[in-house]
Amino acid sequence: MGLKLNESAYKERVQKGIEDDFMRKAVSSAQGRFRTRKKIQEEALGNWEDWRRLGEEIRKHTVENLDYYLQQLSDQVSKRGGNVFFASTAEEANEYIQNVIQKKKAKKVVKSKSMVTEEISLNRALEQIGAEVVESDLGEWILQLDEEPPSHIVAPALHKDREKIRETFAEKRGYTGTDTPEELAAFARSQLRKDFLSADVGITGCNFAIAESGTITLVTNEGNAEMVTALPDTLITVMGMERIVPTWEEMEVLVSLLTRSAVGQKLTSYITAYTGVRSEDEIDGPNEYHLVIVDNGRSNILGTEFQAALHCIRCAACINACPVYRHVGGHAYNSIYPGPIGAVLSPLLGGYDDFKELPYASSLCGACTEACPVKIPLHELLIKHRQIIVEKEKAAPLTEKIGMKGYAKWASSPAAYQLSTKMARLALSPWTNDDTIENGPGPLKEWTNSRNFPAPSKQSFRTWFKEREKRGGAS
Amino acid sequence: MRVSIFITCLCDIFSPHVGKHTVEILERFGCEVDFPELQTCCGQPAYNSGFFKESKEAMKQMMRAFKDSEYVVGPSGSCVGMLKEYPNLFKGDPEWEEEARKLADKSYELTQFLVDVLKIVDVGSTFKGKVTYHPSCHMTRLLGVNEAPITLLKHIDGVELIELPVKEDCCGFGGTFAVKNAAISEEMVTEKSQHVTETKAEYLVGGDMGCLFNIGGKMQREGKKVEVVHIAEILNTIG
Ligand code: SF4
Repeated sequence: MGLKLNESAYKERVQKGIEDDFMRKAVSSAQGRFRTRKKIQEEALGNWEDWRRLGEEIRKHTVENLDYYLQQLSDQVSKRGGNVFFASTAEEANEYIQNVIQKKKAKKVVKSKSMVTEEISLNRALEQIGAEVVESDLGEWILQLDEEPPSHIVAPALHKDREKIRETFAEKRGYTGTDTPEELAAFARSQLRKDFLSADVGITGCNFAIAESGTITLVTNEGNAEMVTALPDTLITVMGMERIVPTWEEMEVLVSLLTRSAVGQKLTSYITAYTGVRSEDEIDGPNEYHLVIVDNGRSNILGTEFQAALHCIRCAACINACPVYRHVGGHAYNSIYPGPIGAVLSPLLGGYDDFKELPYASSLCGACTEACPVKIPLHELLIKHRQIIVEKEKAAPLTEKIGMKGYAKWASSPAAYQLSTKMARLALSPWTNDDTIENGPGPLKEWTNSRNFPAPSKQSFRTWFKEREKRGGAS
Repeated sequence: MRVSIFITCLCDIFSPHVGKHTVEILERFGCEVDFPELQTCCGQPAYNSGFFKESKEAMKQMMRAFKDSEYVVGPSGSCVGMLKEYPNLFKGDPEWEEEARKLADKSYELTQFLVDVLKIVDVGSTFKGKVTYHPSCHMTRLLGVNEAPITLLKHIDGVELIELPVKEDCCGFGGTFAVKNAAISEEMVTEKSQHVTETKAEYLVGGDMGCLFNIGGKMQREGKKVEVVHIAEILNTIG
């Protein structure tokens, strides 16, 4: 799977999303809940804009000094008995983890939710060496049973409603209960408990790695990360190289922005923190610890006009605010990272060939930028992508290129422009009926398939103004 | 006070009446209104499509057109928002940087100009009816104009203002987006149209003709009776 989900075409994916009523209802109601709760939490905190600015500053500083903080983190983890591995590609990361598991002769791996392991297709790599992988996050577990990719970076099974989840449990695990969330969760818990106890290796992602202490922190509502980090003998963290903060102080600010923006909570039920291997005075924790820091295209973003994309704290507020996402769902993006941040990030990590449509999957309404707790100018970065597709990739459609050349001539020549204001009505008259165009030509066709377009006015504003002046101005 | 009208190409060609109302309101409040004829389009269609070189041709034309203007006022949050972006786009360009900044500094959207510069909240309109207002995304998020249109509408005695549900959601216009991603755009405008219907308003009011064409075009196609009007028309209903 990896970053890219499959080979289907963009238009088909969009159409499929639009026609999926179940998914759309589930997504729309989840978005509504998340957005309302976020707003309440923003107000409860007060000075939300100041907090955002602080969040932005912290992320900017950290990413600007990424090499320094990565070194510090790595030193601290080593000091606490951990092994650190920098993986420049997905393959390198997977190979390293495969080796650890093979050396341990491990049979069962239990995981907590992690987007970066989805990005590098870790589960597939582990299955290849015969290890059984169990996802312990409820949403991820549901998707694992259904063999589906996540459609959202915080709530991976957002596209499913309770009834669908009940069906999955019944079909795959013989569940006979109702579709109440409590009962479903209790069932999952009882099923997963066995796995926690018998797993040899635990793998987690990372919300914030704290450079000063070498600590990995995880933000969850289910407490499953506690189990993953406490029970197995060997523990592996996989983190994107930018998931780092200098000290606990910055972590506190960012975690508060994260939980408020992601799920509209002051704080999630659990913040799990662990550092290196179990020390003598600790009662739980691993005897062997590995931190795998994944680059996989991230360092190429450093120093470019897209650097702000690395500030992302994966809260999904931009996704929850996005009207395009609401109507097409996460899978239409065909990337493990959907929504506005996905549209910015996927072409950077996976290239334009696979993701060239995504920067256009936005009306540039700016809802994402407004929602982002660390002020990433998402819609502006989408325009930057478009600029690169036009200027560097030379991949704009020919009709658009010709159209835009014409546009430049038209808009830079008052004479040509004025002539067009006079001619527009006549030019569109074959398609005009009652001052309305219901079935327009060329680019108007797409528009008028579903809505009317007005006919150009009989007299342009400029002609009116000129005649009014001739008559002596204001009457 | 001397005010130059920035008509926007959409209003110039498709909705000149919006321009007429804009001129009349401004004159009513003592502005001396002119219309620099060299103006064309703000450059947004090309800019948003990633054709920066082409969009800059349009932008330079606009800077030439409004060089001598004292204030520039337009009936569109989106197009005025584009003018405000010029300084970013011409940063480091010795010939145009200064001009870009000057134009951005003196440009205002109509309701913003009335409330913030002329300090008017009651325009003396006699408009009557149930009204709901769609705050277009560029007006609010890019230009930062949130309160001005609401303040003006609230001060009109005959206007019963009904809040549009999830009003901040985009209507799906987005310029070339409505053509390139017509299927998604259609879903967005369908949702917006439903929200307008829920308000039971007689009039849908907005400050950006692009969005109003989109929502109005959809509602017309659906056979809905709601009348779609630009806020300038409401503000200029006298007697
Ligand atoms: S881009 Fe901003 S809003 Fe979107 S997931 Fe990242 S931090 Fe959250």
